[in-house]
Amino acid sequence: MTVVTALIVLGVLALIFGLILGFAAVRFRVESDPIVDQIDAILPQTQCGQCGYPGCRPYAEAIANGDEINKCPPGGQSTINALADLMGVEAKPLDSAHGEEDVKKVAVIREDECIGCTKCIQACPVDAILGAAKQMHTVIAHECTGCDLCVEPCPVDCIDMVPVPVRPDNWQWDLKQIPVRVVDAVESSN
Amino acid sequence: MSAATKAIEAGHIWTFPGGIHPPERKEISNQTPIAPLPLAQQYTIPVKQHSGAPGEVLVQVGDKVKAGQALTQVGANNGLPVHAPTSGTVTAIGPGMIAHPSGLTDTVITIEADGNDEHVAFEPLANYTEISRAELLERIKTAGIAGLGGAGFPTAQKLALQRPLDYLIINGVECEPYISADDRLMREHAQTIIDGTEILLHIAGCEKALIAIEANKPEAIAAFEALLDKHPQLSLRVVPVKYPSGGEKQLIQLLTGRQVPSRGLPIDVGLVMQNVGTAYAVAQATLQGKPLLERVVTVTGENVAKPGNYWVRIGTPVAYLLEQCGFKPEPEQRVIMGGPMMGFTLADLSVPVVKITNCILVPSSQELAPAQDEMACIRCGACADVCPAQLLPQQLQWLAKAKDYDGLEQQNLFDCIECGACAYVCPSEIPLVHYYRKAKAEVRNIAREKAKAEVARERFEARQERLEREKQERLERHRKAAEARKKAQAEAVAQGGDNPQDAVQAAIARAKARKAAQAAAAEQQNKDGDDA
Repeated sequence: MTVVTALIVLGVLALIFGLILGFAAVRFRVESDPIVDQIDAILPQTQCGQCGYPGCRPYAEAIANGDEINKCPPGGQSTINALADLMGVEAKPLDSAHGEEDVKKVAVIREDECIGCTKCIQACPVDAILGAAKQMHTVIAHECTGCDLCVEPCPVDCIDMVPVPVRPDNWQWDLKQIPVRVVDAVESSN
Repeated sequence: MSAATKAIEAGHIWTFPGGIHPPERKEISNQTPIAPLPLAQQYTIPVKQHSGAPGEVLVQVGDKVKAGQALTQVGANNGLPVHAPTSGTVTAIGPGMIAHPSGLTDTVITIEADGNDEHVAFEPLANYTEISRAELLERIKTAGIAGLGGAGFPTAQKLALQRPLDYLIINGVECEPYISADDRLMREHAQTIIDGTEILLHIAGCEKALIAIEANKPEAIAAFEALLDKHPQLSLRVVPVKYPSGGEKQLIQLLTGRQVPSRGLPIDVGLVMQNVGTAYAVAQATLQGKPLLERVVTVTGENVAKPGNYWVRIGTPVAYLLEQCGFKPEPEQRVIMGGPMMGFTLADLSVPVVKITNCILVPSSQELAPAQDEMACIRCGACADVCPAQLLPQQLQWLAKAKDYDGLEQQNLFDCIECGACAYVCPSEIPLVHYYRKAKAEVRNIAREKAKAEVARERFEARQERLEREKQERLERHRKAAEARKKAQAEAVAQGGDNPQDAVQAAIARAKARKAAQAAAAEQQNKDGDDA
């Protein structure tokens, strides 16, 4: 008898919790997959496609579905480490099949050579190239992510990828440029 | 009146944690009055000399300019103008050396002096209380005044913050060794500084000002004591000698016992601070209408024959300034802009004196030892004892080396005022401040990259959306065109015209008939073949 009571009680409980869970699943449904957003926030948003996916978000979705985390050369090791942290997996070195980590670059069109074909404009994932058919094109430098995708389509090879110039406001302190430190001048001069 | 306010009024001096007592060495430069520096042949004026965006350049190569003429305009984002320091011709506008530890170039305006030193007509103001606060702020802004104490924060912007203030603090502490520019200025121009302080009080809408001077400047203290009887709003505070008493947060703690919150501003605790040099410049700009054309610069160190303080026009090349002071360079001579604790070594002597240059130090290798190799940290804890911001320099150093930027923020890296006290006492010669500066630059860089990535994401998503929309529109257009075609045909048929569909059907029927005929013929042949 006690066994039957226990079974009934547990069965009822299971039913109640099942209903609560079922209700919660419908009522508190999350529209997008938050893990994808979190991964996407870590990726560098260059939209370069070096990982083999057409942009950072598709790669974020792929990682959420179990793809490797070491396919992003623009992000480099720091991005891999952050992803490893988030996903709870081992950090790996960058997969060299997808490219090497490089300095930050920006595309520059040699404007007198541009023929106005618009091919680069169509290739740019962030609409950072300005121009129209048979008109000269130019890169909006501060919107350019340095993804390299405009270089290949150019029929006259007039696009260069140049490293982002170092200016006083983005200069990283050079540790060689070092200290100025007082010794006890009074003592040393005696 | 609360007990704390009473104590402030009574002139109580609090204390701040840490601090050091390096040799002061101010006697090298503070013996002689401030001397005017003869005009140079050439001046290079960087367009950006304050913290904020530079203004737009107003002149062109070949233009004749007069002293006091604005070379850039008041820009957006608190951009301050720069002015021609003397009369002459603009010979170049382009990249040139600037006063920055990186040794990188930035836009500078080069002026070839004509030697006449004519200036534009200044507009003196008899009674500043008659014009509005906004007009006074505008006057200070167009005079190009930025904090002359070192940070170069636009003065008008600081004063424009409208919040109740208890005190305006005038900082004449000048705690860094060697430097005596503010000391001499206070001795010789105490009245102008007081005038400037009263103008600042008027603009800030504040009742009382505290003038802080370090105890090692008795002449400056005497100069103010003699004048302050007539100015009840102003009171003098003498602070004990300790480095870095002149740091903004440290001085606030000394004079009021209040602590500026982490990442906060003095205004959060009801205070605002200005340097004595700034007060002087404000008086000049308001009463005389004179923009910021020159400042007092200490030239000191054992390798100059005539150390002292000089009125130096903004834009004067350091090489010229040193030449005038009898520079005797030794092999591998270092020329330091700023003091020995917070200054930086210049990469090139063509760098000009700018608004925030308070000292040029040319030490012999005897008096200022060249940097030694860094040795391992022995965890002695001396750095933590002297840190005026109560940080853990040792811990910050480990974190900076490990590039643990989250950890650095948790340890309040951004509260570090880069005073250099920790590096000064470090027995292992670890250049601690440079690790912090580098880490700060990297944290800022990461923040910038993050903001840029956010923009790129938005642009990428907007583009995806646009492409999708265009695709839908194209499909819609095709569908509509097809419908229109069908409709036209149907109408044509209804009006008794040829239905193109009929022709198609007929053609299909013909093709079918032909195929059937061919098949029949082939079958016939096969049958014939079998029979044979």
